[in-house]
This record gives sequence, structure tokens and C-alpha cells, in this order.
Amino acid sequence: MEGINAKYVSKKISKTRWRPVSSSSLQQPDIFATGSWDNEDNSISIWSIGENGVSSMGDEFEGDPQLLCEYKHNGDVLDLQFLDQDRIVTASSTGAVTIFRHHHNSQTLSVSQLWERAHHYPCNNAPCTGVVCNSPEIVTVGEDGRIMLFRADQEGVLRTIEKADSSAIHAVTFLRTTEILTVNSIGQLKLWDFRQPGNEPSQILSLTGDRVPLHCVDRHPNQQHIVATGGQDGMLCIWDVRQGNMPISLMEAHTSEMWEVHFHPSNPGHLFSCSEDGSLLHWETSSNTDTPSFLQGGRNTSIISRSAIAPTGGNQSLINAWLTGDSSKGHLETTHMLPSQMLSVNSLDVLGQCLVCGTDGEAIYVNRHVPI
Amino acid sequence: MEEVDVEPTTTPIPGFDSNQKHLGFVWGPGDILVYETIYKASGGSAGGCPFVHEVRKDEDIYSPILRKLFNESHHIFVGLQRIREDLPSKNKKPQFVSISKNYRSVIRACMEELQQVAVYHNDSLGNTLLSLELIWNLCEVLFIDAAPAGSLVLHLLDWVRLHKADVDEKAREVLASESPAEHQAYWDVVISYVLQGRMDEARQVLVKQAALQPAARVMFKLLDNLLMKMPIFNPGETQTLTEFDVKWRHWREEVDHCLQDQSFASNRHLEDICKILVGDEDVLLEYKELLSTWYHFLVTRLLFSHPTVKPTELHYYAQSSMHMFLDTRSVPEPLDSILLAAFEFDIHQVIKDCSIALNNWWFVGHLTDLLDHCKLLQSHNLHFGSNLREFLLLEYASGLFTHHSLWQLAVDYFDHCPEFGRVYLELQIERVPLDTERKALKVIRICEQRQMTEQVRSICKIMAKKALRNNRLGSALSWSIRAKDAAFATLISERFLQDYCAKGTFSDLDLIDNLGPAMLLSDRLTFLGKYREFHRLYGEKRFSDAAKLLLSLMTAKIAPHSFWMTLLTDALPLLEQKEVIFSADQTHELMFCLEELTSGKSDEDIETTKIELLRLALARNLAMAIVKEGTVEV
Repeated sequence: MEGINAKYVSKKISKTRWRPVSSSSLQQPDIFATGSWDNEDNSISIWSIGENGVSSMGDEFEGDPQLLCEYKHNGDVLDLQFLDQDRIVTASSTGAVTIFRHHHNSQTLSVSQLWERAHHYPCNNAPCTGVVCNSPEIVTVGEDGRIMLFRADQEGVLRTIEKADSSAIHAVTFLRTTEILTVNSIGQLKLWDFRQPGNEPSQILSLTGDRVPLHCVDRHPNQQHIVATGGQDGMLCIWDVRQGNMPISLMEAHTSEMWEVHFHPSNPGHLFSCSEDGSLLHWETSSNTDTPSFLQGGRNTSIISRSAIAPTGGNQSLINAWLTGDSSKGHLETTHMLPSQMLSVNSLDVLGQCLVCGTDGEAIYVNRHVPI
Repeated sequence: MEEVDVEPTTTPIPGFDSNQKHLGFVWGPGDILVYETIYKASGGSAGGCPFVHEVRKDEDIYSPILRKLFNESHHIFVGLQRIREDLPSKNKKPQFVSISKNYRSVIRACMEELQQVAVYHNDSLGNTLLSLELIWNLCEVLFIDAAPAGSLVLHLLDWVRLHKADVDEKAREVLASESPAEHQAYWDVVISYVLQGRMDEARQVLVKQAALQPAARVMFKLLDNLLMKMPIFNPGETQTLTEFDVKWRHWREEVDHCLQDQSFASNRHLEDICKILVGDEDVLLEYKELLSTWYHFLVTRLLFSHPTVKPTELHYYAQSSMHMFLDTRSVPEPLDSILLAAFEFDIHQVIKDCSIALNNWWFVGHLTDLLDHCKLLQSHNLHFGSNLREFLLLEYASGLFTHHSLWQLAVDYFDHCPEFGRVYLELQIERVPLDTERKALKVIRICEQRQMTEQVRSICKIMAKKALRNNRLGSALSWSIRAKDAAFATLISERFLQDYCAKGTFSDLDLIDNLGPAMLLSDRLTFLGKYREFHRLYGEKRFSDAAKLLLSLMTAKIAPHSFWMTLLTDALPLLEQKEVIFSADQTHELMFCLEELTSGKSDEDIETTKIELLRLALARNLAMAIVKEGTVEV
């Protein structure tokens, strides 16, 4: 846990995202965006760590995030994604979807495009809860149970899936370029294929047993059919959408809602999750043999160890790391990455060796030496 | 009832003339709503002004820089509460001291940030923080660290040095100049160092002067020697207090000797320094500007006259120092009386004075909590049932709850108020505005963790009603499941069934088809799920299963009576099938249900036709069933 310091920012942070670095350069990310919530004046802000930022005198901590620019945001920022190097899409609790443009020269932000009533009820607005983009397409979901498809630089709506869900949709992710997966508050995962007309999902998956609302979903970077979800009871589930109706693994992760789960984009053997109980867990698969494995399908009620042990070797066939059913050969290590006694960690993002997260304690934590 | 100590401040309300009209008001959690009534001061009534004013006492919680103070101190507070009780107290003292230092560093960080922002008209906040840190530091030295005689003066010296940092700046300026010894502030710097007990630095600066006046080298050497030899109590060594006292007295005699000898007569500055070293108060008072505060004067006086002062003797010197230093006609400022109360070890007076002087409870709440952990507060109960610490924390947390965002911090404070915290929390948490599902989830999680089931239920009901109003039946259902609210689940199922009766199809099939065990929450919901299952079975042409299910819905009394007609009508196509689906027994039961349904009813046209149809179909089916069952395969 060394190398992680709190930066207090006077606003509760609901989302943090790294700006993507071009895949050719091996640089570590140095700019991230945050969105705030539960404030009378919410805002999105761009921060910098490292030499690129404007550093003030007397900066005691190396890499203390510096605020580059800030812009007022109407409503809570419920989701935030970088569309590309210059543009950020946000989902607001007023139901609006906004594209902001970051001007590097003047270090300012401006609104580039706004869809004001993207999500609404018949009489008033509905919060837009999730946004995901695959430039230039943007998909948003909201509490009104609608899925909207937009295109950046185009005014109107490309497609609306009305009545996609009778409950609130909490998160969305792309499976393939034309397929998305949504999770809702009655614990269902739904696959949608944009090539098909109509308002029906192509597949519905859910847990038998208690239908726990799901809050976050993330797809494995290399395997398009593996997704991880986290929900209200803090359980981490790994699903294979090709087969069946049951998750491959369920693990007890947190003691309350899990807000975000992310596979590491370049090292998918690592998974990160953060929760309302104030913890941020780093999951690593590691094994001592050639065939790495993960927990077998079924319920595992304990986390194996809490120490950070570096994964052995680099030659693992990580493709099946999360799925192979032989648990005796593999380990799953989890590490707490933040000091204890914190308020809810609402969001995290990881890129390269850098991790950033934001909390309800109005603090941002940046770790630049994540052991992966 | 105690008298009010200070005159209450008046706040004028804009646009209101108190001579003309009466003012009406109502208390809120942290503010007052004020309005103009129609009653004139001199009787009678007249038209009034349409405005309602909100008068708020505490503006500070809305300052973005102070918010960092609240958040960081919350973190420290929670950490403090979790220190284990079973450790012996002498092990805990260093922990408490370090927590106290943490609090102070948080205050300092805020102060520095305020200075960077450098909004001049907001400087009062910076000054307030400066005073707060001063008071806290003194409390730490006197109460928490509880330095004994000997180290007490050293700690007080540190305290003064920390709050008089401009000496170093001046010294830098002087030393950076071309000819330091001739700089106009040169002697100020030297004397300031001596007043603060920083002999080494004083000697270093003096050397510059000595170099300029080789003729007076002996004199300078003598003073240098005296400064070097000044005994400083070292608590770590084995030297006892009495030994130190003896050494110190020797040294003092030596200095006095030099004075009597007129060794420094030729240089007024050096002579002043020597007089300061023997603790000559008149000379000290000549340098009032360099001392700038009475407490600096006090500490310097103690350093040079009574370095072995005991904590219990402190107040005497404090009072006399204050009188000597300040102009006797001027009214002491709140800060002065607070510091004086601290020197008198009257903790309660300190807290009381701070509460009056400040406009929010942050400072007194945290300080009292820390002092309470050090077991320094006598626990006498206040009139309203809880002790001082709890009272202050409750006030602070209630103030936080009025803030749109900081309410989450207040929850932890309430948790650590054993007597009334829970009640306060129960009342306040229901009033947090819930705009999004996510916020509602957080509030519910807080309530669930504290087993506040009533609040959970009421919040879920609010969210469910909101969802229902927007026709989001799935969301409404998931809220009722969270609250385990059977009544609401029944309501939602009724909505579904009404929709079905109106439109003939089910809406939100994805919800009903996938209810799972939530179905068991309420009877109506179970019926809904099973009914949908019936339709599905029918659609899949599994008629006998569908028939069995339909019957069980009625016989097991899962279906509400109002729906039986619909169910029987659904049974019609099954009865009309070529193949016999209902057995004789089942048909009997259906007939029985029909009779039960029609028994209490009066004749209505539409009903009678349907009933006729049903009776006919049932009879026919019965006939076919009896035949079929009676047939023996040959």
C-alpha cells in the first residue's frame, strides 16, 4: 500500500477514468478525468500526474494529482468514458448525455454535444446510468429501461430500444462491435444485438436463487464471451455467455455493493473491484504449474489469501485462467489496495501500472506501481 | 438558568423594518426561516412582503477548502474511535499525541491552501484557522502530552516558535543582504532569537557583528560564551530536575555577575541581551513589538526566570504576564481568554469559550472527543441527558446533516454517540433527498448496517412508489423485494393483473418470467408468476400440465376471487378441446369453483352468458371424461 496518497478534492467522486494512451507507446497514463456527484454544483475535472501537469511549488508528494481544468456538470455524473483522446462522454442524473471536449492547448473543457432528454419518463427525467463507447458510436442506458444508440457528431438518435427492461439498467458493456450486454436491478444480464431489429434481447442470463441487483459489468479484454459482474451483495461472478444460464464462478468479494469491476486491459489475469464498504480488491490468478486455473464452477465462500504474491512466471496461458475447472492447481490471490476505514469507493480505473480511484470521502487515490 | 455571557449578535434582514412589522420565524435543523407577518407593531394589519428569508449561522461548511478539513478530520476521528480500549493508558499516550498532531497538520494544510488561494477578503477564515491551531497545540502540550516541570517550558517554547515563524524570514533577509551586521533589522533578529531561546542561531548571527568590531572582541566572546553555556533541560538524560535547577542557577549568577561588572556597558544591545538572559521583565517589555503577544512574553519570561515551572503554577504567571503585557484598559479578545483558561487547566472553560467564539462545532467537537479519550474530562452529565462530548458531537453531526453532501460523514459521528446517536440518525437519515437510485442504495445500506429496518422499509417504499408512478414495474418490484414488503409486492402484482385484464397481454414479460424465488414474497405475486407459467405451458401446447396448474391456482386459493372468472374463461378452450384434458375429478372441482363463484352474486347479463357457456362446457367435458375413464381397453 505504499505509494498511495489521498488527494482531497472537496467533492464526492463518482467516476474516475484514465485517458487512453496510444497502444504503440509504452507510456504510463498521466491524465485522468473525474466526475462528481451529490453536490449542488457538480463538475467534471481533468487531472494530471507526473511532469505533464502544472506543478505548484512545495509539492510534497511525488505525482500528487494537479487539477488541469474543470467544467460544471448538470446533475450527478453517473458514468464517464473517454471517447477518444480529446472527448469525454458523461451520463447525468438529469437524463442528459454530454460530450465534452478537452482543449490541450488552453487546458479548458467545453461542451461539444448534448442530448438533453436521452433518458426520461413520460413526465420527468430519468437518470442515465451507464455509457459505453466504441468511437464514434455511443450506447447509453438509464433508469427508464431504455437503451439509446448515438453517434458522435450526429445530432439525432441513431436507434432507441424502448422498453428494453422493466427495471433500471445499471451498466452496459460492448461484447462485440454490434453486441452489448446490460445488467439491471433484478439481477439479469441481457445480450442485445444491434443487427437485429426489434426490442427483444437475444439472450437473458440470471442467477437462480435470489435475484440480486447487478451494478457493474466488464468484459474480458481478449475473450469476448467472458464477463465479470458485481452486484448488491458484493459477490463477484464470472460468466460465460456462450454456455448456459449459470455463472462459471461466484466469489464472495465485498460486504456491500460492488460498484465497479475491471479486468486489467493488458494483463487479464488481474481483476480489480471496488465497493461501498470502502475496499478496493486486486485479484490475481497465479499458478505453479503450466496449466493455470481458477476456481471451479460453483460457490467459493472464502478468499484464499490476502497477501500480495507476484504471479509466478509470465508464461501462463491466461486465456483459460478464469475458467478451467481444476482448482487444486491454481490460486487466486486478493489484496486490499487501500487503507481501511474508508467511505465507499465509487469508481476505479486501471491502465498499465497505474490505478486511480475515487471515494465518497471526497478523495482521489492514485497508485502508480500496481504490481502486475 | 445561566445568564448569557456575551451579547447576541443581531443580523439585519434586508427589506424588513422591525419598527413596522412583526417578524415570524421557524427553526430548521441548521437555520431559521424568517418571514414578515401581516401584523403591524402598533396593532392592526397590512399587506406584507412576499419573501421568506433563510438565515444560516454556519457558512463555513460550504467553503470548498474547509470541506477538506471535514473529510480528513473525519478519517482521523474514525481511526481514533477504533483504538482498542484494553491497552493500558501509558501506551496510548503517544498514540493520542500523534492523533492530535494529525488533526493539527490537517488544520495547517487547510491554512496553507487558503493562503495560496489568497483571497484577501476571506482572510478571516485563515486567521480563525491560525487561532484554532494555536489553541489546539496548546491543549496538546498542556493536556494530552501533559509535560511535567522541566520539559513543560521546552514544549511551550516549541509552541511559541511554531507560531512566530516570521523570525526566520527576517533572518534570511538580513543574512542575504550585503552587510548583515549593518542591516536595520539585524539586532531585531538577534534579540528575537534570544527571546525564543534559540541560542545557537543567535550566536551565529552575532558572529557577523563580532567580525565588524574587532576591538570589542572580548565582549562578544564573553556573551557568546554565556549563550553557549545556557543549560537546557534534557528529559532524556538521567539529570534530575533539581540538578538542572542547580546548574541553571549557577549560570544565572554568572550572567548577573557580568551585568554587575558592567562588562557590556559599552554596547546597549549586548547589555539588553544580558538583561534578558537574567529575565529582567522591564527589558522584556521594551521589546513588546518583537514579542507581539502576551503568551510569547509569558514563555520567554518562564524560560529565563522559572524554567522549572510546574504545570500547576502556570496560571499565576499567565495571568500576570497578560496583565503586564496588555494595556489594562483594553478588553481581552476571545483568543486571550481561551488561552488563559487553558493555562489555568480549566478544560471546560476552554471548550465553552471556543463554542461561543466559533460558529461551528467542528473544533470543539473533535477536541473534546480527543480529550475524552485521554480521560481528561470528568464525566458529569449535562441537563439534557448526555455528556459533554456526546452533546458536542451530536451538534456537529446534525450541522453536517444539513449539508447536501457531507451528511455521509455525519453518520459515523452518530455511530459513536452511544446514547442518542442512533435516535438522531434515525430521524435525520429519512430526510436525505433521494434523486437517484444510487443515492437511495447508499442510504439504505447505511440503514441496513445498523439494523434500522423501519427506515429501510420507508425508503424502499418511497422509491417503489416513485417507480410505480413512472410505470417502472420492475424497479418497483425490486425495491419491494429489498424491503421485504409483501404489501407493496401485492400492489404491483395487482397492477400487472389489471394491465392484463385491460390489454389481454402481459407487459414486462422479462420480469414475470424470471421472478425466481422472489415470487414467494406475496401471494399475489406467486399467483402472477404461476399464471404466466400457465400461459407459457398453454403456448407450448402442454395442455395437461397447464390444466393441472390452472386448477391448482383455484383450489389452493392462490388466485384472488376476483380473478376466478378470468381463470375459468381461460379454462374454456381447454374444455373445448377434442381430447379430454380435465379428468372427471378435475371437472368436478371446476364445477365446484364455478358454483362457489356464482353463489353470492346477483344476476348480470354478461356474466350469465359466460356462466351458461361454462356450465355447458363443463357438463360436456364431464360426460366425455366419465366415458373415457370408464372405458376398459379390451
